[in-house]
Amino acid sequence: MEKIKIEICVGTTCFVMGASSIQALEFEIPEDLIGKIEVTESRCMEFCKDHKDGHHKGPFVKINGEVMADATYDKVLDKVRAIIKKKEEN
Amino acid sequence: MLAKNNASRIRTKLLIKIAETFLNDDIENIDRLPLNLRPKDEDHNRCCVYKDRAIIKYRTMATLGHSIEDETDELKPLSVYAKEALEREEDDKPVLTVIDIACSGCIKAQYMVTNACRGCLAQPCRLNCPKDAITIVNGQAKIDPELCINCGKCKEVCPYHAIIHVPIPCEEACPVNAISKDEDGKEHIDHEKCINCGKCLVSCPFGAIVETSQIIDVIKNIKNKDKKMVAMLAPAIVGQFPGTIKNMATALKKLGFNKVVEVASGADITTNKEAEEFVENMKKGQEFMTTSCCPAYVNAVNKHIPELKPFVSHTETPMYYTAEMVKDEDPNATTIFIGPCLAKRVEAQRSNLVDFVLTFEEIGAMLVAKDIMVAECEETEFDTISEASAQGRGFPITGGVAAAVAHKVGDKAEIKVEKIDGLDAVSMKRLKKFAQKGCEGCNIVEVMCCEGGCVAGPRVLALPKKATRQVEKYVDNSEDLK
Repeated sequence: MEKIKIEICVGTTCFVMGASSIQALEFEIPEDLIGKIEVTESRCMEFCKDHKDGHHKGPFVKINGEVMADATYDKVLDKVRAIIKKKEEN
Repeated sequence: MLAKNNASRIRTKLLIKIAETFLNDDIENIDRLPLNLRPKDEDHNRCCVYKDRAIIKYRTMATLGHSIEDETDELKPLSVYAKEALEREEDDKPVLTVIDIACSGCIKAQYMVTNACRGCLAQPCRLNCPKDAITIVNGQAKIDPELCINCGKCKEVCPYHAIIHVPIPCEEACPVNAISKDEDGKEHIDHEKCINCGKCLVSCPFGAIVETSQIIDVIKNIKNKDKKMVAMLAPAIVGQFPGTIKNMATALKKLGFNKVVEVASGADITTNKEAEEFVENMKKGQEFMTTSCCPAYVNAVNKHIPELKPFVSHTETPMYYTAEMVKDEDPNATTIFIGPCLAKRVEAQRSNLVDFVLTFEEIGAMLVAKDIMVAECEETEFDTISEASAQGRGFPITGGVAAAVAHKVGDKAEIKVEKIDGLDAVSMKRLKKFAQKGCEGCNIVEVMCCEGGCVAGPRVLALPKKATRQVEKYVDNSEDLK
């Protein structure tokens, strides 16, 4: 199966808003996801600039191209598991 | 591991909003802040949107530098608190304050029987309880909270794991028993005992413990432009923001700081003096010496282990020497220490050399409010007073301070290092024992209040693991202390 791409925005805004907690995935991947995800960091993707108070929606993470606002470690993993489940069903 | 949680996100959002409000001279509208952050039609975290707003008001009050305990009139608007903040010259507030209405008043009985209890025939919980606090009611064990002494024996012996430990996170995190319940069941900090380590505030799942901030005082001074503002970056800065620390130097200048210096330069002076002191002490036959750069540890000794005082190094901290160099050069400069630490605030209050202390989180909020992207700033050099060494730059990681001293001592004395990596009830006991019986064959004890060192301080932004690697890389690319 193709690896699921997780792109963490590490622009200043996303970083201050807590992107670092998602970076934990760079150190330790939960057992069920080993070999199934690819984590990268990206410079400011400017999602925070899209609308007023955009920084309040950070940190942003792109999962297989789909943007997630207010991302947390748990939310990212939930999304990844949902994608895997859907793929397995197909 | 640093885990950004809902409570800390709310705090960061608010910090950014407050920074924006002051940077944009929008103080008249500060009374609207709780409403703007919690509009009527959006979700609320607590019982209702009104309680959320009330708590946001208190959080704002603390960020404006006021202790929640000082409130005399609930109706006093934030705009008045803001005005008072802008008028004050001195800061003598305790660093930590409790928002009592945000404190959930965690249950006092720390052991709880769950429904997994089968009401078994053996009843080991009841028989092993030293205080006879357990009775069997309706076929299940029941703990009498008045009799329970939280020893945990019942939990240990239950064959069904039916008894659980429900901690009071802030009390459990405090290394010195400085936080406890008042008669209403709300937590209260005893400032006579508090060492300002910030562990309670990091541990509280309700975000009820907050720091009083100096962010407004700094913004005010930046805007006034009549003083030279010198940002002194703690060695733990490396890895705390995207980009390099040279990008960070430019970002801070864009924020309005006139000079940016590295506290690692001051750390070199600390190393030199501490090494000299160590060699002398050993010659004099002193058994051991402890480091003195962690302010929470120094507070802990002064307040809780006075018998250890003679063993603590008299050398001042890297922050002290850095500020001294800055003020030597320009006595009118305003010095702002930027670091991960809350106890540094108390150290600064006691000295005339450091005017303000900001955390990485607070400086981050200011950068976001001003829309300054660190990684996109060009790189500039520090306004170096003296080039910092690898050893000085290694201070923020556990083992770094002792290694620096050992490097400097060289073959002038035999050095046997012991590390206290993180203060808690157990390590406090160990330190007490050191004062009486010596430190188990070592002769220098490095004490870090935060486990892992300053990179794991209460107000860091980066994952300590990741920050540690980046500090190590920075150290590897630096010259040894001569």
